[in-house]
Amino acid sequence: MAKTTTELLCVLSGFGGQGVLFAGKVLANCGLIDGRHVSWMPSYGPEMRGGTANCSVSLSVEPIGSPFITRPTAVIAMNQPSVEKFGPTIVPGGVCVIDTTLAMKADEIEMAEGVTRCMFPATKIAEDEGLKGLANIICLGKLWAETGFCEHDVLTAAIEKCVPPKKKHLLEPNLRAIELGINL
Amino acid sequence: MAENARVLMKGNEVLAEAAMRAGCRFFFGYPITPQTELAAYMAKKLPLIGGTFLQAESEIAAINMVYGAAAAGARVMTSSSSPGVSLKGEGVSYMAGADVPGVIVNVERGGPGLGGIQPSQSDYFQATRALGHGDFYMPVLAPSTVQEMADLIYLAFDLADQYRTPAMILADGMIGQMMEPVELPPERDASALPEKPWATTGTKMQREHNVVNSLYLSPEKLEDTNRERFARYAEIRETQQRQELMMCDDAEIVVVAFGAASRIARTAVRDARAKGIKAGLLRPITLWPYPTKAIDQVIENGAKQFLSVELNMGQMVEDVRLAANGRADVSFYGRTGGVLPTPEEVLEQIEKLAAGEAPNASARATVMGSVLPQPIDRKSSYERGE
Amino acid sequence: MAAPKTPITLPDYQQERIGSQIAEGEKIKSARPHALTDAIFNYCPGCTHGIVNRLVAECIDELGIEGKTVGIAPVGCSVMCYDFFNCDMIEAAHGRAPAVATGVKRVHPDNVVFAYQGDGDLASIGTAETVHAATRGEKITVIFINNAIYGMTGGQMAPTSLPNQVTQTSPYGRDVSKVGYPVRIAELLSTLDGVAYVERVTCDSRAHILQAKKAIKKAFQNQIDGVGYSLVEVVATCPTNWGMTPQDAFQWLRDNMLPYYPLGVYKDVTADGFANAAEAALERAKDCPIAQQGRGE
Repeated sequence: MAKTTTELLCVLSGFGGQGVLFAGKVLANCGLIDGRHVSWMPSYGPEMRGGTANCSVSLSVEPIGSPFITRPTAVIAMNQPSVEKFGPTIVPGGVCVIDTTLAMKADEIEMAEGVTRCMFPATKIAEDEGLKGLANIICLGKLWAETGFCEHDVLTAAIEKCVPPKKKHLLEPNLRAIELGINL
Repeated sequence: MAENARVLMKGNEVLAEAAMRAGCRFFFGYPITPQTELAAYMAKKLPLIGGTFLQAESEIAAINMVYGAAAAGARVMTSSSSPGVSLKGEGVSYMAGADVPGVIVNVERGGPGLGGIQPSQSDYFQATRALGHGDFYMPVLAPSTVQEMADLIYLAFDLADQYRTPAMILADGMIGQMMEPVELPPERDASALPEKPWATTGTKMQREHNVVNSLYLSPEKLEDTNRERFARYAEIRETQQRQELMMCDDAEIVVVAFGAASRIARTAVRDARAKGIKAGLLRPITLWPYPTKAIDQVIENGAKQFLSVELNMGQMVEDVRLAANGRADVSFYGRTGGVLPTPEEVLEQIEKLAAGEAPNASARATVMGSVLPQPIDRKSSYERGE
Repeated sequence: MAAPKTPITLPDYQQERIGSQIAEGEKIKSARPHALTDAIFNYCPGCTHGIVNRLVAECIDELGIEGKTVGIAPVGCSVMCYDFFNCDMIEAAHGRAPAVATGVKRVHPDNVVFAYQGDGDLASIGTAETVHAATRGEKITVIFINNAIYGMTGGQMAPTSLPNQVTQTSPYGRDVSKVGYPVRIAELLSTLDGVAYVERVTCDSRAHILQAKKAIKKAFQNQIDGVGYSLVEVVATCPTNWGMTPQDAFQWLRDNMLPYYPLGVYKDVTADGFANAAEAALERAKDCPIAQQGRGE
């Protein structure tokens, strides 16, 4: 599975509170641990206050130009507006991971040729599995399974790094969520 | 797995962390997007290391607190974004006039007025020419990566102390908000910081009283102090120019860009090389002093054309033209208001230049001072039925 | 080393002026305070700044704090007072003295920091800095000279100019229906929890000058004791711009200024039985649970 790609340009998007910025940080930390060039760029401004949130994460062997991604190779979309906004921007052959719990009409959105759509109700799965609030990590696991953006141990190490010491009890559920996503 | 010394941090937070490591123990500021993380980080960390964070009632008060703390001998800073920096202009002028060191951070957003909150470089003139009234300059450093946020604010404190001048970090919303891996500089030994015998720390009845002041009612005396300061500026110009040159050894078309714009330009220059165009990138790191020696060098290397790429309507292009002084053509490409150009847009301009075509119309307008050659709809919005 | 001070002999005319206010048989105290430099004041004849500058210097001497005092000079007639005081001095931008004082005090909490400001500086362009330094409870001392006019720029309307007072920019008299009412700083600041001590004094007579000195000394002592923000408002004259002789100016002050700006103590937390402004603030907000968090710890 782990086919390490040289470049990943990923937009993660959803409602504020769904954890897209956190999932983006895990992704960025994978690149950091790998010694690759990394950038993590959040949307900022009024939309932070209750609207949609998104971040652009670039992992590359080359220095990164603009950290804003206009043509992503991968998108994690956790609600319908995110699919509508970022789905059509994915490059041909890219990947779109969609949480259908809050993006019910994702298949209506046109995307470039060869874009793999991974559609599953991540939020619902998370709740069913006792992983409430970790749909973001499930989606990230699925993205890893599809693109293999780093080695598996790097992914695990990144999660360990991102869960703050004060919230150590959340580490195990996060690791379970990523495996769940990988095996979907 | 490698690079364990590196951590992933936001640009704004890195400015704060590196400032503390540079020995800054005092921060005075006022909230404004997109720099607020810097103040929040200081509020959290400074009290833990015996420092002082104070949210002032306004940017004006904040810069004057900086003035007071700096006059008292402390390493001190403030930060803001464009509209707030305008308010600081008064205090910065007083700092320059009283030869008081301090660091001012501007994480730029679009203007004029309240403008917007997306990345911009439209305060280039303000930073390099006229942040406040009077005859003065200050070192202006422009980071283009999160790593440089750390490196340059560290340097800014040293330059400020060395030359007894305010110094500015001119960043933008992109570099401030983004996270990149960064290797943080070491903690400065507080006892090794420069002595400040001029500071107002109390005479302890052992010396003449120190006066920190910018008022000289005698024109001759004021002229003397300004001449003395400009002698320091001359030394700064001579010794402190900093830039990065990429692919400039044989470049015929040199793109000049700093900060966020340089990241986009870098991609465009690489793409141009891939197409066989002899393009290069000159990235000023010091905006004042402007890296004129680097401009000289690339002209000697054979540069025929410069393309200044900025997140504004054409400001640094004037410095490029002054430095080139007629020895090469200078054109401009920029987007403003928080809009970022794509590498493709910049590449298109480079390709036009390489083909001997006129550069982008808006570039001509800025450079030639002529009217936009595009057709202009002279009807009012009322006549158009809007 | 500071230049040695030699006692100076006042010129005859000055002896007479001061002497006229001093009871017969009393000695004139003419030794120059150490905390004043040898520089000659540039104030106009009859100006009360000179008196207050001297009172501040005497207090610094008597408290023995010159070596750790840092003064902030304003913009206005007393702009050059950095040349008059022998302690370290900083010249601030117009109105910003409280902010500059805050910066100094935060860096060196053991220093004694005072701001010396006029009415335009403190109560107009610097109102925000004044109010916020006070409400933060900055442990600084502010000497506020209220003479109801902009002196240095030649007699324009001040925030404290009286209703109907004629100035260069209120040539028909201050029309309160158009430009509003004078700011009463002592009253205003006394409502702020961060403030430890506010007193309004004047300097038109020996008794009042002695009271002013007592207030100024207390304002410094409060800072030394960590009691909190202290401000002394000195109702003062501007004979030059009021267009009066010094004597007439004092009479005008008594007739018009003092009824509008009554003398007295407006807030004094130590007299109220509190150790400092913070304790008084806690007591005032005793019914507010969140404000009481940590009380008694």
